[in-house]
Amino acid sequence: MIAEFGLACLWLAASLAALQLVAASLGQRAGGETLASVVRPAAVVQALLCGVAFLMLLWVFARTDLSVLLVAENSHSEKPMIYKIAGAWGNHEGSMLLWVTIMALAGGLIALIEHRLPERTMLATLGAQAFVGLGFYAFLLFASNPFARISPAPAEGNGLNPLLQDIGLAMHPPTLYMGYVGLSIAFSFAVGALLTRNVTPDFAKVMRPWILGAWIFLTLGITAGSYWAYYELGWGGWWFWDPVENASLMPWLAATALLHSASVLASRDALRTWTIMLGVIAFSMSMIGTFLVRSGILTSVHAFAVDPTRGTFILALLAINIGGALVLFAARANTIAEGERFAPLSREGALVINNVALSAVLGIVLLGTLYPLVTEAFGVRVSVGPPYFNPVSAAFVFPMLLVLAVGPLLRWRRDRFARVKPAVIAIAAAGLVVLLAMWLIAGLALFPLLGVSLAAVVAVAAFLPLQGRSLKRLPLPVWGMAIAHFGVAVALFGMSVDTAFTVEKLSAAGVGDMVEVGPWQVRLTAVEPVAGPNWTALEGRLSASYKGGAGHMLAPQSRTFWAPPQTTSESALLTRWNGQLYTVVGGATQDGRWQLRLWWKPFVTFIWFGGLLIGLGGLLALIGRVSVDVRRRVATRRIAARRAETAR
Amino acid sequence: MTAAFKPKHQRLVLVVLALAAILAAGALAAWALKNQASYFYIPSEIVANPPAADRAVRLGGMVRAGTLKTSPDGVTMHFVVDDGHGQVPVTFAGIAPDLFKEGSGVVAEGHMIDGTFVADNLLAKHDENYVPRELQDMSKQQARQTVAETK
Amino acid sequence: MKGVRWSLWVLAAFAALLGLFALQLSRPKNDTVESAMIGQPMPQFALPPAIEQRPGLSSADLADGTPHLVNVFASWCVPCAAEAPQLAELERRGAPIVAVAVRDRPEDLAAFFNRYGNPFSRIGADNVRTVQLLIGSSGVPETFVVDGKGVIRHQHIGEIRPEDVPDLLARLRDAKR
Repeated sequence: MIAEFGLACLWLAASLAALQLVAASLGQRAGGETLASVVRPAAVVQALLCGVAFLMLLWVFARTDLSVLLVAENSHSEKPMIYKIAGAWGNHEGSMLLWVTIMALAGGLIALIEHRLPERTMLATLGAQAFVGLGFYAFLLFASNPFARISPAPAEGNGLNPLLQDIGLAMHPPTLYMGYVGLSIAFSFAVGALLTRNVTPDFAKVMRPWILGAWIFLTLGITAGSYWAYYELGWGGWWFWDPVENASLMPWLAATALLHSASVLASRDALRTWTIMLGVIAFSMSMIGTFLVRSGILTSVHAFAVDPTRGTFILALLAINIGGALVLFAARANTIAEGERFAPLSREGALVINNVALSAVLGIVLLGTLYPLVTEAFGVRVSVGPPYFNPVSAAFVFPMLLVLAVGPLLRWRRDRFARVKPAVIAIAAAGLVVLLAMWLIAGLALFPLLGVSLAAVVAVAAFLPLQGRSLKRLPLPVWGMAIAHFGVAVALFGMSVDTAFTVEKLSAAGVGDMVEVGPWQVRLTAVEPVAGPNWTALEGRLSASYKGGAGHMLAPQSRTFWAPPQTTSESALLTRWNGQLYTVVGGATQDGRWQLRLWWKPFVTFIWFGGLLIGLGGLLALIGRVSVDVRRRVATRRIAARRAETAR
Repeated sequence: MTAAFKPKHQRLVLVVLALAAILAAGALAAWALKNQASYFYIPSEIVANPPAADRAVRLGGMVRAGTLKTSPDGVTMHFVVDDGHGQVPVTFAGIAPDLFKEGSGVVAEGHMIDGTFVADNLLAKHDENYVPRELQDMSKQQARQTVAETK
Repeated sequence: MKGVRWSLWVLAAFAALLGLFALQLSRPKNDTVESAMIGQPMPQFALPPAIEQRPGLSSADLADGTPHLVNVFASWCVPCAAEAPQLAELERRGAPIVAVAVRDRPEDLAAFFNRYGNPFSRIGADNVRTVQLLIGSSGVPETFVVDGKGVIRHQHIGEIRPEDVPDLLARLRDAKR
C-alpha cells in the first residue's frame, strides 16, 4: 500500500502543478484575482505531497520491500541500512523523484515567503515553475515510475553496484540536484521577469539567494565528486574531464557568471538582459548535463545505467523549456530598457570581463564535451581529454584570475587607475616574486609556474578589499567574497603543486620489501585476506615512514563484491599537512610478489580545501543576504504594527 | 577615459569585447580540438596507417588469448590486441583494470611508438557479466526473472 | 535591434545542439568491437554436446545449405535470460537456431532451459571460449547470421530485443539468396 500511496501523492502533486500553471496564466487577466489566489497555496500543498511521496520511497527502501520493482533492482536485504536508504536515489527513477521533490519544496518555499516582487511577476514566476515541474512530473509518471510493482516478488534484490556503495557517492547526487534545482528557480524568476517586463534590481535581489544556494551546492558537489573520483577510482587523479564531471562543471561556470552579473544588477541596475540570458543558460546547462549523463550518448568512466528513450524525454523537456525561454528572450530582449551606464574601468567593467571569460570557458568545455558527438555524426570516433581542456581553458582562466584580483578593489560606475595603483603594484610584486622564485629554484613547467604565481596573486588580492575597513562591521557578503576568492587561490595552489611535484612509483614488491617514493619509505609487511559485509578483499599492510620517521600503517585493498560480482581497488591514503601518500594494491604476480602503486602528492589536499573555502564564502554571503532580508521584513512588519496601533 | 561612456559606446565596447572573446575561444578551441582530440583505431587501421608517436590515440580490440605476459618487474604487461584482420603488440605498465583479462575486449589509451602501442591507460569493457544499458528497458516479467536469476 | 539579432544566434546554436542530440539519440550507441569475421567463412571447429538432449555443433553443421542463427550464450548471463522470449519467437517463426554455450555446466543449462525454454536445435559446449573468440564474439549474448555455405553474414551484439526480431528474420531471408 505504501508504494501506491506514494504514487497517488505524485499524481496529486502533478495535478496541483497543472492547476498552478493554469491559475497563474489566467490569473494575470483582469478579474482573475480569485484564480491568482489559488497559485501560492497550490505550490505549498504540492511541495508537501512531493515530500510525502519521497518519504514513501525511502520507506520501501528501508524495509527492502522487494515487491517494488525499483527496490528489487537496486537493493539487497543484506546491505547496510545507510546504503539501503541511499539506494533510493542511487538509480534513475529515485533520483528523478528526488529532483522533483527538491524542486517542489523550493517552489513551495518561494510561494510561502516571497512577497517583495510585484504580484504579477510572482504569478508568472510560479507559473513558469509549475510549467517546468509539469514536464518532470510527466517524465516520472509516464517514463520512470519509481513505485512500479513486480509480481510475484523476487526472493532477493539485485544489489547495488559496489562502486556506488560509498557514502560520498550516496550524498553526491542530492548535492548536485540541490544546485540544479536552485538554478531552475533562478530560471523561473528570469522567465517571470521577462514575461512581465520587470527586470529590476529587486528581481536580482530576490533571485540572488537562490543562485547563491545553488552555487554553494554545485561547488560542494564538484569538490566532493572530485575527491570521490580521486580516492575511489585508484588512479591518483582528481579531475579527468570526463563527461559526467563536465556535466557538473558547466552549470557551475554558468552559475558563477550569473552570481556576479546578478550582483551587478542588484547593486547597480546594469546588465539586465545579460543576467536574464545567463539565468536561462545556467538552467539549460543543468538540463544538458542531466541529459548527457542519463541518455548515455556519451561514454564515461562513471557508468550510469542509461536508456535512449529516457534521453528522448529529457531532450524534449530541454527543447520545450529552454527553447521556449530562448524564443521568449528573442522576442522580448529589445523591449527591456537598457540599465545604468558605467565606464570600462569600474567594478562593473571587471565583472563584465569575468562574465565574458567564464562564458568563454563554459563554451570551451561544452565544445570539448560535445565534439566527440559531432565527429561521430560523420563516422569518426574521437575522445577529447586533458590535452585539449587544460591549455585551452587555462588561456581564459589565467587572465580572468588577474581581473579577479583587481576587480574587487575598483569602485562601482567608474574609477581611476591611479587610485588602485599601490594595491596593483603590491599584488603584482607578490606574483612576480613567487614566479621568479619558483622558476629559478624549482624550475617549474609553464602551467604549474603560472598557476602557483597566480595563486599568490589571488591570495594576496583576496583580502585587499578588507584593508582599511572595520573588520567587525564588515558585511558578511564581503567576507564571503574574500574567503571564496581566497579559496580559488588555495585550490589553484593545490592543483599546480600537485601537477608539478607529484612522484609516482609503480612496482612489484614481495612481503618485507621496501619501496621509496619521494620522501617516503614504504614497506610491505603483509598481505592478508579480510572480509566485509558483502565483500572479501586482499589487504596489503604497508608501513610508511616520512624521511625516516616513525612508521604509519596503511591498508589498501583489492575488494571482490559478490552481488553483483565485481572487483574494485580501495586505495589507502595517509594525509600530512603538506600532502598525501596514496597507495593502491593490485594483483599478485606469478612469482608471488604484489603490485603496488604509490604516489606522493604534495599539497594535493589544498584542492579540496580550496573548494570548501569557496563554498564557505558562498555560505557566508548567503547568510548575510538572507539575514538582511529577514531583518528588513521584521522591521517593515514592526512599522506596520506600530502604524496600526497609532491609528487606533 | 574618465568620463562615463555614452550608452552607444558602452554597449559597443561590451559587444566588441564579448565578440572578440567568443571568436578567440572558438578559434582556439577549434585549433586545439583538431590537434588534441585522440582518435579511435582498431588494430588493422593502426597497422596500416600508424599515427605519429606524439599523438595520443585510442586502440580498441580483443586481447588475444595466450599472449598476455608480465615482465620480470611484475608490473609491465605485454599482450596482443587483435581485430581478426590485424594485430598490434601493446605494452602497459600499471595495475590493470578489474575487467581486463585474456579474450576480453579492451580499449587502450596511449601512443604508437615503433610499431608497439604503449598504453597509458586501459579501459576494459564488455566482460562476461556485462549488462547492456537496454536491460533497463526490459519488461517487468523479464526483470523479475533477471532479478531472480542473479540472487 | 542588436539584442534581437544576437539572441537569434543563440537560438540557432541551441537548435543545432538539439539537432545533434536528437541525431545521436536516434542511432544506437555502439562501443563494442565488431567481429572482423563478417563476410568470412566460419572457421573450422567441432564442439561436443552441451546437454544430452541436443547434438553438439560443428562448422560442418552450419554449411548444410540452410541459413542459421548462431546464438552465443551462457546460463550465467543475465541478458541471455532476457532475450529468451525473443529467441522463442524467432524459433516459432521458423528460424533454425543453434547455440554455443560458453563456459557452462550441463545442470545449469538444464535449469536454464527448464525456466526459459530451449529454442536451439544444436548446442555446442565451448568450455574454453575458443570458438567464441574464433568467430570474433567478445561477450555474451551475441547472435550471428550464418548463410547456407557457412559464411558469417551479420553479428548482433547484446541481447535480442523485441524490435530486433524482424531485422534478424529479414537477414536470414537475405542469407538464403
